[in-house]
Amino acid sequence: MLEIKCPYCGKRSQNEFAYGGDATVKRPELNKEVPDEEWDTFVYYRKNPRGNHLELWHHISGCRQWFKAKRNTATHEIIDTFELSDDIGDAS
Amino acid sequence: MTQNYRLKDIGRIDRNHEISFIFNGKKYFGYKGDTLASALLANGVHLIARSFKYHRPRGILAAGVDDPSAKVQLIKDGYSEPNINLTEFELVEGLELQSQNCWPSVSVDVGEINNLLNRFFPAGFYYKTFMWPKSFWYSIYEPFIRKAAGFGVASLDPDPDRYEHQYEHCDVLVVGSGPSGLSSALAAAKNGARVILAEDKPRFGGSLLTDEVTIGNKKGEEWVDDVISELKSMPNVIIKSRSQVFGYYDHNMLVMFERKRDHLQDPAKFTPREKLWYIRAKEVIISTGSIERPLVFANNDRPGIMLASAAKEYLKVYGVAVGKKPLIFTNNDSAYETAIEFKNNGIQPTIVDTRASSENQLVNEAQKMGIDILFENGIANTSGHLKVKSATVGKLNNEKNSFTNLQKIDCDCICVSGNWTPTVHLASQSGNKLKFDEESDTFLPNQSRQQETVVGAANGSFTLKESLDEGFEQGFKISSKITNKNNKTNAPISDEKSLGKHDKFWCMPLPEGKHYKRFVDFQNDVAVSDIELAVREGFRSIEHVKRYTTLGMATDQGKTSNLNGLQLVSNIEKKIVPEVGHTTFRPPYTSVTIGTIIGREVSKYYRATRKSPMHEWHERNNAVFVDAGLWLRPRYYKHGNETLQEAAKREAANVRKNVGICDVTSLGKIDIKGPDSAEFLNRVYTNAWLKLPVGKARYGVMLREDGMVFDDGTTTRISENHFHMTTTTAQAANVLSHLEYYLQIVWPELEVNVLSTTEQWAGAAIAGPKSRELLSKLFPNEDISNEGLPFMGYREFKFFDTTARVFRISFSGELAYEVNVMSDFGEFMWDKIIEAGEGLGIQPYGTEALSTLRIEMGHVAGSEIDGRLISYDLALDGMLSKKKDFIGKRSLNRVAFNDENRERIVGIVPIDKKTSIPEGSYIVEDPNAAFPIPKLGHVSASCWSVERNNPFSLAIIKNGKNRKGEKLFAVSPVKNMSIPVEVVSQHYVDPDGERVRS
Ligand SMILES: [Zn+2]
Repeated sequence: MLEIKCPYCGKRSQNEFAYGGDATVKRPELNKEVPDEEWDTFVYYRKNPRGNHLELWHHISGCRQWFKAKRNTATHEIIDTFELSDDIGDAS
Repeated sequence: MTQNYRLKDIGRIDRNHEISFIFNGKKYFGYKGDTLASALLANGVHLIARSFKYHRPRGILAAGVDDPSAKVQLIKDGYSEPNINLTEFELVEGLELQSQNCWPSVSVDVGEINNLLNRFFPAGFYYKTFMWPKSFWYSIYEPFIRKAAGFGVASLDPDPDRYEHQYEHCDVLVVGSGPSGLSSALAAAKNGARVILAEDKPRFGGSLLTDEVTIGNKKGEEWVDDVISELKSMPNVIIKSRSQVFGYYDHNMLVMFERKRDHLQDPAKFTPREKLWYIRAKEVIISTGSIERPLVFANNDRPGIMLASAAKEYLKVYGVAVGKKPLIFTNNDSAYETAIEFKNNGIQPTIVDTRASSENQLVNEAQKMGIDILFENGIANTSGHLKVKSATVGKLNNEKNSFTNLQKIDCDCICVSGNWTPTVHLASQSGNKLKFDEESDTFLPNQSRQQETVVGAANGSFTLKESLDEGFEQGFKISSKITNKNNKTNAPISDEKSLGKHDKFWCMPLPEGKHYKRFVDFQNDVAVSDIELAVREGFRSIEHVKRYTTLGMATDQGKTSNLNGLQLVSNIEKKIVPEVGHTTFRPPYTSVTIGTIIGREVSKYYRATRKSPMHEWHERNNAVFVDAGLWLRPRYYKHGNETLQEAAKREAANVRKNVGICDVTSLGKIDIKGPDSAEFLNRVYTNAWLKLPVGKARYGVMLREDGMVFDDGTTTRISENHFHMTTTTAQAANVLSHLEYYLQIVWPELEVNVLSTTEQWAGAAIAGPKSRELLSKLFPNEDISNEGLPFMGYREFKFFDTTARVFRISFSGELAYEVNVMSDFGEFMWDKIIEAGEGLGIQPYGTEALSTLRIEMGHVAGSEIDGRLISYDLALDGMLSKKKDFIGKRSLNRVAFNDENRERIVGIVPIDKKTSIPEGSYIVEDPNAAFPIPKLGHVSASCWSVERNNPFSLAIIKNGKNRKGEKLFAVSPVKNMSIPVEVVSQHYVDPDGERVRS
């Protein structure tokens, strides 16, 4: 079981959280023409890197905030966690 | 004539406390402090079980978790449990033990014929034998394997015991209380760290309980007692015996089970049997010691053949001589301690040593004591059917591949030692990539991956001095990182006997022309010949050899066999061991009861139960409940001997005729506030929300981004910037997470807050033609006329001392209202509604009637909104706004989503108007077509229409839009039914929705 640092609550065990997928995915803006390929990529395509991955977690059994975590998918090391508004630059 | 093998004046058992027990129907005695194994050995009992594959007689090999085969069926207080480890279970009064895997008894076992037929049971015999014909699998092979395989018999009764879980955090977890573990725990604790020390045995001290050493001028075991008392006195230390750390997981999470009750004679009533500890440790010190390796020789598995260190432990800890004519067989010095210990207790051993000579202290001491030593000798074979009675010993030639000068030596036990294997399981589980050490001929921990440090014998530091030095050093260093303190404790001076080099030779040749079995893995009956065969047949990877031969599998996890097995592969392959590598160590290190893993989460505690405030009223009124997620909802209210169907018909018909009341508290409720709330709803739902007036409700459908329908519900505008959303019971939590996702991540600029209020409001649906009349009695001063409270209207009414939220919404298709009050007033509200409805024929209705009403109305619910359908399929496409964008809209352009032939919801009625159609049935054109019959769709929900008094179902079928009037078939292979049906409108009752507006 991972130990995840919620940026608001501190370190908690993984069973308080829900995983939310790739944090670098951006939803296309509303009311804008979106080409098929862009929309498909947004809905269906995700990278599956071995190594650092910037991802979303939701503290569902805690403060109910979504936040970002940089996790190494090979070692499960969580390098750091961030509030959504934190600008963290390059994910890798 | 009992306990003939119990020695005087030695051991840590309580001789004033005799305990009786039964083994295979015979009564024996032991002492408090015995394990089942030591008590049996004290009575000279070695024959315990029959082996897994060949049903060979087997005894006790070890004195702890490393024992592979001494497992029995335990019967206590009428409850029977299989695979109890004799070497771990402590003796208490009232135990009955039975041998496993044998019939009719352990001494006369029919399955032993497998041993005579052993050439038919080579490596991979399951794969080779049970291949074909295929039809034999279920009737013959599987029952045979099920009967032949496995050890004991699991009880079919529920486990009567109680198990608990505990979470704990600490600075330093020390696993194992031998010299290195005790010294690291002491050093870390004295340096201010919060320490947990875990020992799997009942007694602390590890090898210090059996080794003749001194530490700081004290005997080893006295030093142990002093350190334990000191640690116990420290508030920052938790020390646990009978506690096995069996798993090392990510982020330094370790899992341990603690035996709390089995060793107690009269435990208090609620004492849990075992407790599972989840320990999050900042640092872990692994001081798990080492396990002695067996030597491999012909017929090395007879009862009476055991590890030399185990024989020493039975002597020194339990005062038991495992034999009176012992043969010690070794390739190293450590087994000499066992020989000396026998001699000290008046028993004359003989030593067989594979080495040419050894000049070390222990060897000289043994020689001086007059112990016979046969150097350069090995055991060629043994004899004795149910217990070893002699060994054939011979001189090894220079190449060590044959014997000369064979002689038979009588013996009643053989104590073997093939040197020591560090217990690296936990380090490996942590991710430590082990390295091979030439000198000790074993794998040792290498670079730590998590915060783990290995010390002592587990780290290849086999001497006491090294262990103590390492323990004190690492305990201090590691704790300093956490506490930033500098209270260093130095290792005391110690004295021990030095050990010389061991012989890397451990697998004896067979006597010429013989094909005896030489066992490597005693639990899985894997012999040298099996491994040789696997390699001959082309298996190269050690992982493949393991699976093909079953070497190192099952509960034993190869504690005594792994290293011998892979050394054998490397010898055959003429590779060095590091190239062969080792199999992966996985948790659990020892077997763990399922009860311990589950803890208290059994039966009704399996998960939380949510009850509405009206729950007790339902109970008093004969409600039969059904699980709806975590909620318990009334399914129907039983009158007399009614069946479910009868009750549902009665309740539903009463709604159509009079008025009914239904508990709808479990519907998800989300409070939405903020200036951008309407805009947010407009993006979340497929229809338009900006212009919804205050005091009005609207039905809405949400999609996922992939265009599939996600959930539906009614949302009401309470005030300009305040909405009350309802969701289905099942999706309530997911909808909240969904809304939070969009508010926090996608559109953080929207000023909206969402909050679950599901449990804050109690809800009652009042439905039926007489519901307005009922409402007028409930709120006599309010205007509830069709104009005052129109369809989809919302009002807040004063209701005694509180406020009621009244929504005119309908799920049943009848004139209906939903009343919400704060939960504390729920039962009060319910009582008042029942009271007001008395003259109107009010009856409560449950989820079954609720389903009937919604199905015949053609409303979709969870059985249709299954996450795989789009709005069109559910006939909700009229609600897709063309003017605005919303979640999932862009996906609706997909070609497949616009196919004219798409599945779409329809109603179906059996042609005979009698036969109910099973839910899940397929809809087909021709039930007699060739298999696989082309399928048009499936039946999602069925009911007995109370309006038309015949069965009615909803189905989702291909091109459903254009099939009205078609005659098709509903086919249920499960129920073996084929029912002619006609396609009708999904709205079977009041298709124009006049009633809800009346
Ligand atoms: Zn939090």
